[in-house]
This record gives sequence, structure tokens and C-alpha cells, in this order.
Amino acid sequence: MTVTHSHATERKDARPLPGHRVKLGADRPLRLDCGAELHDFPVAYQTYGSLNRDKSNAVLVCHALTGDQFVAEPHPVTGKPGWWDLMVGPGKTLDTERYFIICANIVGGCMGTAGPKEIDPATNKRWGVDFPVITIGDMVGAQALLLDHLGIEQLFVVIGGSLGGMQVLQWAAAFPERVFAAVPIAAAAHHTAQNIAFHEVGRQAIMADPDWCGGDYENNGKHPHRGLAVARMAAHITYLSETALHRKFGRRLQDRKAVTYGFDADFQVESYLRHQGIMFVDRFDANSYLYITRAMDYFDLTGEHGGVLANAFRGTKTRFCVFSFTSDWLFPTEESRKIVHALNAVAANVSFVEIESEDGHDSFLLEAPEFHRVLNGFLNGAAEHRGLPRAG
Amino acid sequence: MAANTARSIRADLQIIADMIEPHSRLLDVGCGDGTLLEYLDRHKHVDGRGIEISTEGVDACVSAGLSVIQGNADTDLADYPDQAFDYVVLSQTLQAVQAPKTVLGHLLRIGRRAIVSFPNFAYWRLRWHLAARGRMPVSNSLPYQWYETPNIHFCTIKDFVELCDAMGITIERSISLDHRGTMRRIGSLVFFANLFGEHAVFLLSK
Repeated sequence: MTVTHSHATERKDARPLPGHRVKLGADRPLRLDCGAELHDFPVAYQTYGSLNRDKSNAVLVCHALTGDQFVAEPHPVTGKPGWWDLMVGPGKTLDTERYFIICANIVGGCMGTAGPKEIDPATNKRWGVDFPVITIGDMVGAQALLLDHLGIEQLFVVIGGSLGGMQVLQWAAAFPERVFAAVPIAAAAHHTAQNIAFHEVGRQAIMADPDWCGGDYENNGKHPHRGLAVARMAAHITYLSETALHRKFGRRLQDRKAVTYGFDADFQVESYLRHQGIMFVDRFDANSYLYITRAMDYFDLTGEHGGVLANAFRGTKTRFCVFSFTSDWLFPTEESRKIVHALNAVAANVSFVEIESEDGHDSFLLEAPEFHRVLNGFLNGAAEHRGLPRAG
Repeated sequence: MAANTARSIRADLQIIADMIEPHSRLLDVGCGDGTLLEYLDRHKHVDGRGIEISTEGVDACVSAGLSVIQGNADTDLADYPDQAFDYVVLSQTLQAVQAPKTVLGHLLRIGRRAIVSFPNFAYWRLRWHLAARGRMPVSNSLPYQWYETPNIHFCTIKDFVELCDAMGITIERSISLDHRGTMRRIGSLVFFANLFGEHAVFLLSK
């Protein structure tokens, strides 16, 4: 295995990415759920804080669908603060003075880890849709190889929201001995029909864009920006709540006193969504969007365990803390409750809190003092049981 | 695991705590703000879990590092496997559940022993309140008006002993507390305890 610190990801279209990049699976390939294998493939990751002597303070943050490894630093493309800047940093809930925080770009992603945007070593061209279809199991498999590379036997905590929370569940099910504590947030043990339906709308929007070129746009010098923007706009609605949209925008008009009797963005909410769409295409790859949404759709921890979710966690010693948010209709509390019931059925060590919030599915990314306070308490309790020093 | 030092706990919780062997596995159903769980963690190194219905209670517990889920006795006990715990505690909650008999059955299915405490509705002051004033009793320990009380299934010590008999439950220990907090063994003196006990604590097994 080779590691290149602060090394450029070979990208024609962007400046080198900060952070670390390592080639994994050189001696033993990552066998994917679809049957294909990834040999000697790149994983880009970022770390914050330092690993203690006995390597017991490592926290793996699993990012969501459109997230990446830049958790707590300005984004290299957009310049915006890290997506979990509120959570990760010195003295914050995930305190970088106590914990060693790791976040890796997921397999299938587009920020330096193996995915459709990267070069296929066999053809020396971008993978495009020839990249093998990946699963959440594959994402976690790649992260496990990264931990092997870093010499970390057991994670203190695996934490993430949404797709990140699904990875947390997969971690706890696939590698229970490597997970001291697990925090799935706004997650579910399977994607529901409604979840799959929304994703299909996004994928169809991308594939309907002529610039998608059957997935081979990179090699044709094009980008399906319109399709990807529409996908993002549709998805973004599902991350918010009716209450939040009403509070932010109501029926207010955008820079005008009256409607224009046309199809310009008369309403603030339209303008906002268009902005979200446009911003997104600068930093995200359309094919990655297809692959990652597919991975989420395929996720079914219950189905994989004979229809009994409890079987995924039998014998687990991991300490779980499950969070949901009252206004999250994409991954509603009921889905978290199913996880809790399964954990109860194996008498696992589990805490579960439904946080009052108006901000919908995105609540875990936003200011939520109650969420942070409760999570902080859970982490402190777990740290005590793990023998980590108390907060300073 | 909050940094605060040991504090004194309510008399009925102290009785419960004294019944529990160190290093045992315990589920506290209706654990409130986690006072008992925290005490047991600190003093008896118990591997404790809790279920609590109120958001404030769950927040307080998990913030203090306790393992507690938001849920309730009527809906969440069915998931737990048989004999998963050494003790299942139901303190001051029996009277607030929808189906006390079903819940009691679950306690002794999930735990090798159950500890149940409840306010005795046959306590003489309550009897007096009802007899003399003709109104539902309101007291320091039962502070709710009838139209807003969460307590929907009151019972007496005698009622509870009879239910245990009917369900084939063994009463290993039984203690009553009067309004001064004085403990008395109930044993076979059910009539006496039923009149003078304001609260009762039962250690049960099947």
C-alpha cells in the first residue's frame, strides 16, 4: 500500500484536493457485493485531531449522499465551511482535542475516492457508468481497509446521519468488534418505497439530460448540469419540512412586488431551489449521484438478515445511541424506532432520543442544541466506559 | 456518570436499590430522570438500561451518559427477549400503564426478578379523603386532579397481592412505607400494610 499525504488527486478540472489519499486493496482486492473487485483503488480521506497512543480515540464520521471528507474545514471547491463544522472541532461535541476524527470520501463518490469520475486503470479513461455498482456494504468495506492501513483495530465511535447513519448500521452489523459505540442519526435500516421513488426522480432527471451522453459525458467534454441540478432541487425539498419552507420563504416574491405572469423565478422558494441546484453541479458528479442513490436504494439490513433486523445485531457489545428528528419525514422516527426495537430484541446497550426540530431531515446538520447536548452526554458516558480521559 | 457526587435518593428508590445485587443487569421501566440508574451505576456497578416516556427525562438520562430509550411500558417491552436482565424495575409507573397485567407479565418474562413499587390507593389518608370529602384524593404524592392525572390504574396493596397470586408470581419481599418514610415488612400483614402503607415495594419472581 502506498500513501501520499497532502498529495494532489489527479484531476484535470480542479486544483489538487487537500487531505490524504491512499491506494488500498493492492495485496487483497475489495470484493464488491455485485461480484466485481476493486484492486489498488484510491481512498481520499481527511483527519482532525490526533490518534492517542493505544489508538482508542478514533471516531469515524460517515458522510451523507452529497457530503465528503471535508467535515470541518472550508470546502476546497465551494469555500464554504465544512458540512459538520458545528459538530467537529476543538471544544465542540466531536472534540478534536479529545478524539481523532476520520472521514473518508465514500466509494462511488467524487472527491478523490474510487468512483465513476476516477480513471479506470484498465482503460486509462474515466470509469463513467462502467464503474461497478456499489453498495453501502462496499463503502464500509473500503473504510475497513482504510482502518487496517491506519492500524486502528477498533473505532471509539462510528457516527453519521442519513446515508452516513446507514453506514453506521452497516459497520455495527458487519464489524461489531471494531465498533465500540455507534451513533446512527436520522437513518433507517432499509430504504422505503418512498425513498427509492424520490431517488428515481433524481436519476431520471440526470439521465434525461442529453449532456449525460449515456454516462460518458466526461470523455465527451460535456456535463449534465441541468439534469443534476433538477435532481438536487427535488432532493433538497425532501431534506426540509413544510414548516421550515414556510418559515424561510412563505409565498414571498423574489426581488419583485408582483407576480410576472411568466415562468421566471417569481417566488423566493423557486429562486432558492435554483440556487441550490446551480451550486451543487460545481462540486458534484452526476454519475456519482446515480451510484450513491442506487447504493442507498439497495440497502436493506432487514432483508439481508432473513427479514429479522435483530439478527443483524445478535451478540453485539456496541453501545448505540439512535437519534431521530420530529419533522424528518424522509427518515421518520418510526424507522429509527425499528432499529431500537431490533436492538432491544438482542438486549443491546441502546439509547434513543427523538429530537424536537422543525428543520426536517437536515436537522442533524444544523443548530440543534438539544441534539448536541444529548450526544455530548452519550459520548462522555461511552468515553468513560472506554477508559478515555475526561473532558478537560 | 454526571460529575455530581452521590446524592440521597427518594426512600422508595433506596429500598429498590438495596434489593439489587452489585454487578447485575437491570432494566428500569419508566426511569424518569435516571436517578435510580445513576445511583446503581455509581454504587453497585450495575449494567443498567432505561425506558422513559418523557422527552425531558430521556434527555436528562442520555445527557448523563445513561443508556435510555424513549418509549413506554405498554408498547416497548414486547421486543425484549426472555430473561435478558437480572432485574426489571417498574417504580411508580404501574398505575400509569394501559395494561398493568400484561406489563407485569413482561417484567417477569424479561427479568429473572421484577421490582415493582406503586402508591397504595387504600392508604388511610386517601380513604379518608374519599370518604369524608367525597372527592378523588389529591395528596403530596398523588398531586393530580382526576381529569389530568396520568395515573389511570390505581390499585391497593391487597389488589396487587391477589394479582400476583392469580398470575403465579412469587412475592420474595414486600415492604410498605408510611408518610414519614418508615419502612415495614408487609409479609402476611397485608391488612395492616394496606391501611397504613402510603407506598409499597415488591420483589417478585416467577
